[in-house]
Amino acid sequence: MFTKKERSEGFLFVLPWFIGFLLFQAAPIIQSLSLSFTEWDLMSKPLFVGFNNYVHLFSKDPLFWKSLKVTLIYALCSIPLCVITALIVALLLNQAIPGRSVLRAIYYLPAITSGVAVSMAWRLIYNPDFGLLNYLLLKFGIHGPAWLSDTKWALPSIIIMAIWASGATMILYLAGLQGIPRYLYEAAELDGANSFQKFTKVTLPMLTPTIFFNIVISLIGSLQIFTEAYVMTGGGPQYSTYFYSLYIYENAFRYFKMGYASALAWIIFIVILVLTILQVYLSKKWVYYEF
Amino acid sequence: MLSTNYHLNRKKAGKIIKAIVFIIAVIGAIISAIPFIWMVSTALKPLDEAMRYPPTIIPENPSWKNFKEAWSTYVPFNKFFLNTVIITVPSVLGNVFVSALAAFGFSHLTWRFREFFFMLLLSTMMLPYHVTMIPIYIIFRRLEWIDTFYPLIVPNLFGSAFYIFLLRQFLLGLPKELDDAARIDGASSFMIFWKIVLPLCKPALMTAAIMSFTANWNNFMGPLIYLNKMEKMTLSVGLSMFQGTYYAFYNLMMAAALITLLPLLILFFIGQRYFIEGIVLTGLKR
Repeated sequence: MFTKKERSEGFLFVLPWFIGFLLFQAAPIIQSLSLSFTEWDLMSKPLFVGFNNYVHLFSKDPLFWKSLKVTLIYALCSIPLCVITALIVALLLNQAIPGRSVLRAIYYLPAITSGVAVSMAWRLIYNPDFGLLNYLLLKFGIHGPAWLSDTKWALPSIIIMAIWASGATMILYLAGLQGIPRYLYEAAELDGANSFQKFTKVTLPMLTPTIFFNIVISLIGSLQIFTEAYVMTGGGPQYSTYFYSLYIYENAFRYFKMGYASALAWIIFIVILVLTILQVYLSKKWVYYEF
Repeated sequence: MLSTNYHLNRKKAGKIIKAIVFIIAVIGAIISAIPFIWMVSTALKPLDEAMRYPPTIIPENPSWKNFKEAWSTYVPFNKFFLNTVIITVPSVLGNVFVSALAAFGFSHLTWRFREFFFMLLLSTMMLPYHVTMIPIYIIFRRLEWIDTFYPLIVPNLFGSAFYIFLLRQFLLGLPKELDDAARIDGASSFMIFWKIVLPLCKPALMTAAIMSFTANWNNFMGPLIYLNKMEKMTLSVGLSMFQGTYYAFYNLMMAAALITLLPLLILFFIGQRYFIEGIVLTGLKR
């Protein structure tokens, strides 16, 4: 079918990406690993210190544990909440309701605008003195907390923001819903299934691959959260929103501890790898693939 | 008689359910829009009104003054805006084009080790930027690219795994008969890519372009690491500096924030038909 030329030509199209992979991913991974065994402030020569960085962070660094804990709590709370919210919104917007495409656009808007500007807007909304949120809560008779300046509420505040921005995954669920073949519903109806049964026996199982993809992607994303905390809280109050990325950033670019920051980076890399492999393994039990 | 009644009731119930769904969806949409409405409202107010309690949702005397001041009076936002455009435009064009090339190689051409390279591509999506951030910084520092735009543009020119994946999914759905017909007429693979495949995957290209545009436009950590000089700053870092200095001027802050969002909003509303329907219809089909 193919000539020899065509056989090798395919790689040429992929080559630019592959060069980028070698330059900006493969080589840096190796260099990062070797840096993690050194002490280096960018000025002098890197000093080989063996496993010292790793020993130090596990045994003598409370901030390492604190930032890891904050980040994992954020991931474990925000991912399920975002998955459920996005799924419900997708189910609503999959119905034939008037103004559907306008509504879809509005729900997607937060995903487009993520970053500094929106974080600033939320800081204003969370303001305990004249913010919109506590004003609206008071109308329902609730005295709102101090949100971002309260050690208990600062992390939930950032989680609420993540739920608000879950429109990006909502679109992927909509795509998944569109991909479910009509005839499955028709068959279920012939068997006398009601709406609820159709949802649990057809819709949900057929959506599990999309849900799985979203969970894997959002886990990786949420362990890398940076901008929101940098802009809204700076990691405070009392380190209650001190995410792992902030700690790496400060070690590398504020204290210029390149070796220590690299060791920190490798720990989160391993955490991500383990959690992803675990998810792939667990997915065999709940994700439905049709072949 | 009984059965028509039953059908009528079912029809009525269906209408009520649809109305409830609509109302819930609208309430949710309002909640989604509140931060934006609040930004606009605050940006149009004078400072005393912006800090008043209870807050006014609709400004008493709306004025564009804050936008004018935020644009150039305190911080050179006009300069930041230009810098961000200079970084974003080549990044997006390069990123999408190279991603499309690779996607074509992964979908329409057959070659040895293709599956291996595709698995490699997918596995790079698991790589957190933390791991590569420091070595890449060291490379760019050696090249003396600190305080230039190169560190923010050049990595984009090699494509991105996620966009390659997205475009490949779309290209798999295009019929290969067109390729074969063109090949018989003597077209090279690149000609097929350029003349046949690219024009056919406009919605997917648009999707990748909008995603890449927002990612580059909103990029915060990159400029934070690589740019120090005021005249090199981008909007996102400029905005966060602005917040650090003028944190008490909420109305100005929101005006500045809206200026940074404006191009994203315009692009989104122009492209959203392509964009949302594009993902919905082609997105993640296997």
